Amino acid sequence: MTISMSAATSTMSMDTRAHKNPLLLPFAQDSWGNSLLFVLVVVCVLVIVGNLVVPEGSALHVPTWVVTLVGKYLALALLALSVDLIWGYAGILSLGHGAFFALGGYAMGMYLMRQIGDRGVYGNPELPDFMVFLNWQELPWYWHGFDQFWFALVMVLLAPGLLAYVFGWLAFRSRVTGVYLSIITQALTYALLLAFFRNEMGFGGNNGLTDFKDILGFSLKADSTRVALFVSSAMALALGYILCRWVTRSKFGRVLVAVRDAENRTRFVGYKVESYKLAVFVLSACIAGIAGALYVPQVGIINPGEFSPLNSIELVIWVAVGGRGTLYGAVVGALLVNYLKTYFTGVLPEVWLFFLGALFVLATMFLPGHRGNTAAQAG
Amino acid sequence: MYRLIIALILGCIACPWLNAADDPLADDPLSLQLGVLAQTKLTKMPAQIEVLVALNDSRVVPVLQAMLDGRLYRRKSDNLLFIGVPGDDKSLAITNPLGGSETTVAPASDLSRVAVNNRMRGQLRLAIAQLNLASEDEQQRFDAAQELLGDVSPPVIALLNQVAQAESSERVLAVVADAQALAALQQDDALIRLKAVEQLTGNLQPVVLNALQSLTALDAGGAPLESDPLVYKRALKAIAGIKQEAEFYSSAETIFFGLSLGSVLLLSAIGLAITFGVMGVINMAHGELIMLGAYTTYVVQLVLPNHLEYSLLVAVPLAFVVSGLVGVGIERGVIRFLYGRPLETLLATFGISLILQQAVRSIFSPLNRSVANPEWMSGALQLNPLFSLTYNRLYILVFSLVVFFLLLALLKRTRLGLQFRAVAQNRAMARAMGIRSAWVDAMTFGLGSGIAGIAGVALSQLTNVGPNLGQAYIIDSFMVVVFGGVGNLWGTLVSAFSLGMANKFIEPVAGAVLAKILVLIFIILFIQRYPRGLFPQQGRSVD
Amino acid sequence: MTMLKKFKRAATGAALIGAALLGINPASAAEPPIKVGVLHSLSGTMAISETTLKDTVLMMVAEQNAAGGLLGRQLEAVVVDPMSNWPLFAEKARELISKDKVDVIFGCWTSVSRKSVLPVIEELNGLLFYPVQYEGEESSKNVFYTGAAPNQQAIPAVDYLMNDLGVERWVLAGTDYVYPRTTNKILEAYLKAKGVKEEDIMINYTPFGHSDWQSIVAEIKTFGGKGKKTGVVSTINGDANIPFYKELGNQGMSAEDIPVVAFSVGEEELSGMDTSALVGHLAAWNYFQSVEDPKNAEFIARWHTFTGDDKRVTNDPMEATYIGFRMWVEAVKKAGTTDPDAVGAAMIGLSVNNLTGGMAVMGSNHHLSKPVLIGEIQEDGQFLVVSETEELIPGDAWSDFLPGSKDTIADWTPPISCGNFNTVTKTCSGQNF
Repeated sequence: MTISMSAATSTMSMDTRAHKNPLLLPFAQDSWGNSLLFVLVVVCVLVIVGNLVVPEGSALHVPTWVVTLVGKYLALALLALSVDLIWGYAGILSLGHGAFFALGGYAMGMYLMRQIGDRGVYGNPELPDFMVFLNWQELPWYWHGFDQFWFALVMVLLAPGLLAYVFGWLAFRSRVTGVYLSIITQALTYALLLAFFRNEMGFGGNNGLTDFKDILGFSLKADSTRVALFVSSAMALALGYILCRWVTRSKFGRVLVAVRDAENRTRFVGYKVESYKLAVFVLSACIAGIAGALYVPQVGIINPGEFSPLNSIELVIWVAVGGRGTLYGAVVGALLVNYLKTYFTGVLPEVWLFFLGALFVLATMFLPGHRGNTAAQAG
Repeated sequence: MYRLIIALILGCIACPWLNAADDPLADDPLSLQLGVLAQTKLTKMPAQIEVLVALNDSRVVPVLQAMLDGRLYRRKSDNLLFIGVPGDDKSLAITNPLGGSETTVAPASDLSRVAVNNRMRGQLRLAIAQLNLASEDEQQRFDAAQELLGDVSPPVIALLNQVAQAESSERVLAVVADAQALAALQQDDALIRLKAVEQLTGNLQPVVLNALQSLTALDAGGAPLESDPLVYKRALKAIAGIKQEAEFYSSAETIFFGLSLGSVLLLSAIGLAITFGVMGVINMAHGELIMLGAYTTYVVQLVLPNHLEYSLLVAVPLAFVVSGLVGVGIERGVIRFLYGRPLETLLATFGISLILQQAVRSIFSPLNRSVANPEWMSGALQLNPLFSLTYNRLYILVFSLVVFFLLLALLKRTRLGLQFRAVAQNRAMARAMGIRSAWVDAMTFGLGSGIAGIAGVALSQLTNVGPNLGQAYIIDSFMVVVFGGVGNLWGTLVSAFSLGMANKFIEPVAGAVLAKILVLIFIILFIQRYPRGLFPQQGRSVD
Repeated sequence: MTMLKKFKRAATGAALIGAALLGINPASAAEPPIKVGVLHSLSGTMAISETTLKDTVLMMVAEQNAAGGLLGRQLEAVVVDPMSNWPLFAEKARELISKDKVDVIFGCWTSVSRKSVLPVIEELNGLLFYPVQYEGEESSKNVFYTGAAPNQQAIPAVDYLMNDLGVERWVLAGTDYVYPRTTNKILEAYLKAKGVKEEDIMINYTPFGHSDWQSIVAEIKTFGGKGKKTGVVSTINGDANIPFYKELGNQGMSAEDIPVVAFSVGEEELSGMDTSALVGHLAAWNYFQSVEDPKNAEFIARWHTFTGDDKRVTNDPMEATYIGFRMWVEAVKKAGTTDPDAVGAAMIGLSVNNLTGGMAVMGSNHHLSKPVLIGEIQEDGQFLVVSETEELIPGDAWSDFLPGSKDTIADWTPPISCGNFNTVTKTCSGQNF
């Protein structure tokens, strides 16, 4: 603990020097972040070798379920990163970030659904199973195009990005801030939850999308595909981290911090606060969408439960536990809390909610990561 | 075991009703028929009930009524039937329907309830109504006539004709006349039908509308089934009149539904309006404080099983205290360390909500708990056949307004209220004036939480009492407060009722789910246009 | 003590013989326990229903162990909590099979949880027993469905309303998810086939946990006030039921006027309700606690002893769990191994006692044959059985009343060996076994 504290403070003090060397900027003066990236690379190699090369039965073998589980954690860590980007650096507490994650997930799910083709239980080449037994005659218009991977990828970014743009444009322009923003983001994800539950929407209702067969022609059941998905998640997390770090260290990022600490003063100085907030909000939503797209093929299902307001609140606590406004903290927090969740729900199921609840209380009361925050809300 | 049997035998010798059964009553046809009834299988019951009714014995009505209410018991030892009233868990107070008013207490294990199914319930209700037409009590005769309205079978009509001769009460006669008119619609004589239609014009009972509609229905060729053009015309006119009324009352009903939903929203949001509005504290555990209130009601009913009627009156203050104390605990233990950091407060209280939920789950089990409605909370105030107000909703509507105005009075008229407002408006200045702001904070939070507890008592009468109760209301409550304008109780009132209304007016058109989504989207857009809600707090502060 | 020793020796002996028969080296058979996975939500919204099933499995495991275990080995239950979170169901299923190496899983309640788990179970070749009534349209090689298919619950219930109560107008009210949607599609087609007109059917969907039923009940009241006998077929899920029935009662609709037959209201749900508003309404299940049968009485007594609470009720999914567990035990004995393929093959055609005085038979489509009971709700939260099918009805995985599935059958015996065999095109799509 003491080491981490001193490291964090030293990183802070050196922040000021970092921007003098723009080329090295992405990697400079962030020993924790660089170690994180290093660990990610090492883990990738270990998983590739441990799962695909080392034979089963060996003590060094990494079983597939571990690969999938950790792969899922990594996707969630990317989601946490996207929240830290807006909460930790721009002071926007979105309690509806799960919505962007889920939209990205649905876009990927729709692609995977179309990949099933005529291998569904009814053997209908055009319609997914849930449409067949609910008696739908043809594919709804918004499902077209999702048989193409590139199109799905575009939608993974576009759907959450667009929603974030429209929502953010309306919200930031009328200066909805602080808790008001948090509450309407809750309303947003709640409304989407209800909407996606409706079977008429054509997204499979409560059951969502499931029973995926393969991705880009590779079977999802194959170990190699799972390892590939794992590596993609790790790479996405690493790139996401580098991107966020670059953004937060750029001039743009500094303005964001100014907005976080004193929004009106920044506005008075002459910055268009709304545009800055909107840009980072959209970026964050896109990252969340990518996280969703990586999450879905690994867990094998996407359904409206992902829009649940509770999920969105829970993911904020991952960031809080790891320390908000540090980026690497979000990643560590997400991995830690999710690991604990897996552990407790297997060993002591009754205790999990007590533990999570206590974590919320203690993390907000005692953990660091609220630098310069109090000033912003003193008015 | 041995002793028990002896005790039982001795007890039996001592009890007079058992001996009475062997006595002169043995020849009583009712006694014989009840004996048959006690041994009849469920499927053969209707026939035996008919025999029972045909006895035309005044003692039959209580038996039928008890059967209908599921209070008729068979004693296993001797196959005798008794009317029972459950005492505590293990025993019943039983009376012999054959006479002899002695009531005795018998262990529940000695008795088995006479099973009734739906078809028998219908039969019993009609039978009771027929017998009650001869009752002494005018109200009973009136109810009986109402029950029989629409039954056009010859024996019933014959019975009604008899009643029409002897009846003195005007309102009973009016119902009987309507019933006769319904039967007369099927007469061959056009003049009789015309009179019947005239008699029925203005009657809002659904049976009347149906009878008139079948009278004016068209046959396959498109010609009306009613041959007489005048009767046809009058009937159509009567139908149009009824439909117009029906439309009016259906709007009135929707308004009531909207008000009722609004009152639920108001109750669940008003506590939040205090903590959020006055103190600026986001309390995500608000839903769980409501839940605690509902569980308090459950516990009260558990402790006082025989005073169901008063349980709510006890539960309201108790729930206020329980939730209020928990609220004060939360404020002292967590929130006071987080003042000025609303987002952190939000997260911490969310954690508390998880703990409270799981605690309730550990203590009371994850299953829903059964909370009973007292008699006065059940049923509806029947204003006319098309329009009724359900009592539970009506009382909750009134209750929510009472709570609202009490709270308003507290804030505006008491010293404590003055201090609340002073601290809310300018903490530093209030402290300078000698107000203990920490104490006021605790009290404010306790008050808001206590009101959440009261809301829980009301909700326990409408919905499930379970660990998930709070979650269902938290988002709605926030919407109400934010939409109304934070820091303004009147805003909360207006907001709750307008959202309730909006929901209920959209629902018939778009369906329940879409209605909810549309209202949510509306709120999101509204807040984005007017971030401070309907009634924004005036102020010039800026950070 | 001596009894225990004797028993232990006998068990070891049996195991040695068993192992020898199977060609396993007895030295390596260090008697590891047979692991039984329990995948039911213990927290979240579904904990209300699923906790009971977890307890049921634990009771069955304890009893089986007391009776000498299975194949000479003890059983060990591995309980996990998927928290009513559907992706977590898949994750926990994977963990149970891959990490804990369970031999069988008893679990899931909602359709979506089963759909979530299904690909995992198939990929890892596990074995799942699913104990809840569901919408059908599925038959997996690795899943045994011990709850009712629509033809074992919904259709007999509608027949009862139509023939015995003379219902002519129908309200199909449900929560908006796949089970009510499918069931109502099937019922709509069925009713139309019986000559019911379009305008005599009203279909209504509400969200989960819907609590404000005023408008919908008023609508049902108007719909039912048209002179024809009206009945409501309710696929309303769990929590939304109490406010629904309360509103029905308060708006003055009694069970004689408009009977409601529900498919998701059982003893367990009723124990959390004030039943006064529900008396006389109906439910269709394959089991009721009130059924008088020695096997049932014994089961209830054991349940009360196990839970230490003689107020705890039993219900249909518990019976389905009971039957599933007993069948699995029999199949393991028959196969002599816990290998999923062998056990799965041994399951078909197996029959064990159900708790209502008959036999449950596992069909080749992995669905059970069951009696259908219609019960009326009584004040004490129990059911009065008012109708019971004469014979057992085999579960139909693929409904004959849906256009997409009427040509589809499931048969896991050779030569078909397919869960969704199209009898017209003679193909078995999408299953890679």
